[in-house]
Amino acid sequence: MNVLLLICLLLAAGLVAWASERIRPNLPNWVALTTFVLATLWVVFAWLSGPHEGGLYAEQFYSWIPRFGINVILKVDGLSLMLIGLTMLLGAVAVVSSWTETTTRRGFFQFNILWVMAGVVGVFSAFDLFLFFFFWEVMLIPMYFLIAIWGHEDRSYASMKFFLFTQISGLLMLVAIVALVWIHYSTHGVLSFDYHTLLGAELDDSVARLLMLGFFVAFITKLPSVPLHTWLPDAHTQAPTAGSVILAGILLKTGAYGIVRFVVTLFPEASRDFWIYGMALGVASILYGGFMAYSQSDFKRLVAYSSIAHMGFVLVGVYSFNDLGMQGAIVTMIAHGFSTAALFMMAGALQERLHTREMSKMGGLWVKAPRMGAVTMFFVIASVGMPGLGNFIGEFLVLLGAFQKNVFLTICAAIGIVVAAVYGLSLMQRSFQGTPNPDVPEMRDFAFREMSAMIVLMVALVWLGVYPQHVLSMTDAILPMLGVAP
Amino acid sequence: MEGPLGIPLEHVLYLAITLFLIGVVGILIRRNVIFILLSLELMMNASALAFVAAGAYWQEADGQVMFMFILALAAAEVAVALGLVVQLARRFRTLDIDAASEMTG
Amino acid sequence: MEMLWLVPALPLAGFLVLFVTEGKLPKIAVACIGAGCVGFSAVVAAVVGWEYLTSGTDAYSQVMWTWMAVGEFKVEATLYFDYLALVMVGVITGVGFLIHLYATGYMWEEEGYSRFFAYMNLFVFAMLLLVLGDSLLLLFLGWEGVGLCSYLLIGFFHKDPANGYAARKAFVITRVGDTALILGLLLLFREVGTLGIQESLETARSIWPDGSLMNTAIALLLLGGAVGKSAQVPLQTWLPDAMAGPTPVSALIHAATMVTAGVYLIARMQGIYLLSEHAMLCVAFVGLATLFIASFTALVQSDIKRVLAFSTMSQIGYMFLALGVGAWSAAIFHLMTHAFFKALLFLASGSVILSLHHEQDMHKMGGLWRKLPIPFWSMVVGSIALAALPFTSGFVSKDAILLTAADAPELGMVFWGGAIAAAFMTSLYTTRMMVLTFFGETKMEPHDPSKANMWLPLLVLAALSLGGGWFGFTVLDSLFHDHGVHFGLHLDNPIAIATMCIPLLGLVAGYLIFYANVFDRKGIAESGVGKAVGRFWFVGWGFDKIYDSLVVNPFRWLARVNKGDFVDLLFRFTALVARILNNLFSISQNGRLRWYALTMFGGLLLAIVFVAII
Repeated sequence: MNVLLLICLLLAAGLVAWASERIRPNLPNWVALTTFVLATLWVVFAWLSGPHEGGLYAEQFYSWIPRFGINVILKVDGLSLMLIGLTMLLGAVAVVSSWTETTTRRGFFQFNILWVMAGVVGVFSAFDLFLFFFFWEVMLIPMYFLIAIWGHEDRSYASMKFFLFTQISGLLMLVAIVALVWIHYSTHGVLSFDYHTLLGAELDDSVARLLMLGFFVAFITKLPSVPLHTWLPDAHTQAPTAGSVILAGILLKTGAYGIVRFVVTLFPEASRDFWIYGMALGVASILYGGFMAYSQSDFKRLVAYSSIAHMGFVLVGVYSFNDLGMQGAIVTMIAHGFSTAALFMMAGALQERLHTREMSKMGGLWVKAPRMGAVTMFFVIASVGMPGLGNFIGEFLVLLGAFQKNVFLTICAAIGIVVAAVYGLSLMQRSFQGTPNPDVPEMRDFAFREMSAMIVLMVALVWLGVYPQHVLSMTDAILPMLGVAP
Repeated sequence: MEGPLGIPLEHVLYLAITLFLIGVVGILIRRNVIFILLSLELMMNASALAFVAAGAYWQEADGQVMFMFILALAAAEVAVALGLVVQLARRFRTLDIDAASEMTG
Repeated sequence: MEMLWLVPALPLAGFLVLFVTEGKLPKIAVACIGAGCVGFSAVVAAVVGWEYLTSGTDAYSQVMWTWMAVGEFKVEATLYFDYLALVMVGVITGVGFLIHLYATGYMWEEEGYSRFFAYMNLFVFAMLLLVLGDSLLLLFLGWEGVGLCSYLLIGFFHKDPANGYAARKAFVITRVGDTALILGLLLLFREVGTLGIQESLETARSIWPDGSLMNTAIALLLLGGAVGKSAQVPLQTWLPDAMAGPTPVSALIHAATMVTAGVYLIARMQGIYLLSEHAMLCVAFVGLATLFIASFTALVQSDIKRVLAFSTMSQIGYMFLALGVGAWSAAIFHLMTHAFFKALLFLASGSVILSLHHEQDMHKMGGLWRKLPIPFWSMVVGSIALAALPFTSGFVSKDAILLTAADAPELGMVFWGGAIAAAFMTSLYTTRMMVLTFFGETKMEPHDPSKANMWLPLLVLAALSLGGGWFGFTVLDSLFHDHGVHFGLHLDNPIAIATMCIPLLGLVAGYLIFYANVFDRKGIAESGVGKAVGRFWFVGWGFDKIYDSLVVNPFRWLARVNKGDFVDLLFRFTALVARILNNLFSISQNGRLRWYALTMFGGLLLAIVFVAII
């Protein structure tokens, strides 16, 4: 498969979607949905036809700015392919879920969604650091528009906060990239942004630590991890449903991906020395995110904080530096993409029906919408970490890996599982169970459109929980590169 | 240091500076837009005078050329400024410049 | 025996059908699917069990697929069938089917009939997976699955927030235990390198011949999980509240099967426990403490289901005590007989409750024995088995536990003394329950809703409660090959005779106190000391209060205070500083033309002066 073609397809589809609004207001939705379904099929096809030599599913090279050693280098290995697949699938789901939500400027809306996705695909496949940074920005700006234009009541605050956090941390990364390239240039005399060339850069310990921190801060802001997480609850809460789905399902994964792909490999020693801090930050995110989730009364905000807790597991897994932890982190990334996306869709559906996200204004909704209740229950228990569903596999492998590294931190992380039960069930209780709230108007239950999106996600989670081997074997090949081969 | 008319350059420059300062003070203390414009013209003509004097002193045509430019500039400026004055008068029903202080930073 | 996979698969299929049809099936079809799946599963289990018993093999295992494999970590989805699994599967499918059958009648009038049976079938599936899984991770899948179903079913009547609260409490508290269990699995994997049950037991035996600290740690962590799920001290507080669920749920999940999962876990991991004396002792003491505390608490409850709940805790305490003193087969045997008689008691009390329009307070019942003959006689049978009167099934199993406990080195008399005191209390509270419910004056008129599908299970269970002891001599004796356990009558030593007589004494005492009113019961209860003790017992020895003030309330308080996320203050502060500076500087930008001109000239002047000075 040709990744550049895929990216161009998404970019072009964005323009088409924008223009098609003039023909019929609903047409952009169809354009976006078709694009995502096609792209998903494309990824599935690439997956089924297996990798080429060297374990890559795709590899492209185009010259871009040769004078500065900047090239378009796109490669797709198992990890990238899986994340791109997740991206396209969630893209389709996000479009379906916000089918009726946006009524203004639908063309521009779908344009932004498609362009974010193009940026994400680029991030997941760029093997040139300049190109990576370029795509990093490409996905940021349309996302800003999504929040700032179609967001809820506090959108300008939230979008500005999102933008500033990502931008400032991104600049740190840019500085680190440039410094890395410069150091490599001054020792080897070759000016190159190529990932594989830079792997060989020889760095002093202290320099390596500084540069590593530059990348690390950028990625844990995106992840996000405590204490740089505070943009996320605001951004999530204010974003339109599709925005939240993309933000939680995919954009957070770019942070995790960055840590796995760049921090761990470009600075192997520095990251290994850093493990205790990385793991401690992860544990702090798990506990603090879970605790904060419990204290929220806003449906979406609660789910947003729970994302922080889940991404904490990713951090713990990566920084346990063994195959179990790494695989666990990757499975958690995928599973969290599905489960949290579904919960955000549920929040969006509730907001569309009740015009509120406050759980104190809900209660007893199960009676009015049993399907929504059952679906929410499914995803809540998935996110609580029920064995047999994807999240459990990830979290268990992470704990298993972390336990080999540090017992105390693992125990703390395991306590997060109890906290997850506390906030997950309290979400369920406050919204769907309990005495039916008399102020709640009659509401429409899920119909075919929404149900089909949910069923896709449910099947994916069960599949991931019952037979995770598909995912595990895809990333097996890249483990040696991360230095964690068994 | 005398020019062809026997007037020393310094005197002319002193006159120009005086005119200029009168203009500055006018701008600073008058609130009426018309007077501010008048003060502005005064300042411009003061500088024009300095140009002419300097041109005469060096026996060059540049001073007169610059004067022509300044004339053109003043004409253009007055055209725009009077338009603004009319707008101001219409919108605020006054010629007090402090009324138009909405564009704070 | 190749049909083994069908045993869990059938209830799963039932669940899926009921789940997908979203309650659109007619009730009769739901009943057929719901109870039928479990019934068929029981039949398959019986066939498999028969083949197993006649084949003479020790164990049979069936590999289904590789669940996950990462490096050295590999988990197979394997079913493992041996004596222990046979007993458990028999109880789960057999008693489970009877309870499902009963529930088809009990739940007939309720909303969400289909949802109820979907959950119940899912529960049976998860429970079967728990006992059949050959990997601790598969066991854990079942373990969490039953926990989930327990949560769903306790909160089945979800419109009442109290039920939701009880359900969450049950889930969260057992989750605390589960966390210990997970840590146990992690430690086991690190030390032994596998999570396969049989494999790890073998390896443990070879690497820790005389036990070790690690071994004890693993055993204690697993015990933590067992304590949570089986409602033992100190994680017992969820079980009484769990009675908020419909009565068949209490019978199936909170008496017969799920709460005994902890007993199963310890019995299954016998090999680990045998290597560690300390862990065994802990198990025994946990059991002893629970059976003691719970039996006193049961004496003062007024809700009939709460009495039974505390009684369940106490009986599981006996099982833990048995495990702790090494009477493995006695523990499993008691698990089985307890499943019979406690399910019977719950179902019978369910019939009473239903006939009184969901009244559960025993003080509002009374004089029902003539009006509800079938529940009454079932209850009588259940009660005498619970009180362990001679020749009932409960007697055979409890007797074996007590006598083995008395034989324990050094602490034998402590165990026996505590257990026999609780046995006395058991008789006492059972008598009290019977007297309050069925005798005395009639306070409410019952309507008898009994249908065949409701009284038939009662009869079968009553027969099993009486005659279930027979299994003890036949099947179970060979279960663990432990010959130190005393099954049957032993009239040769005084302890054995005392063990047999003390429950009878309790019965007599109960009769005198609660029926004949020999003592001034009210006077004692209302005296200062009596009130305080009664109150203390009533609230289950104050565990709830301690947890509330130590954990729950501080957590809630912190959550309330920190709703705005104090970390955000840092960033908000940065934004605030920027805004203040902005305000400060924008003072100069006042929009006045003359001010701007002045500053311009001022600046010009400064520049000139500056240049002039240089």
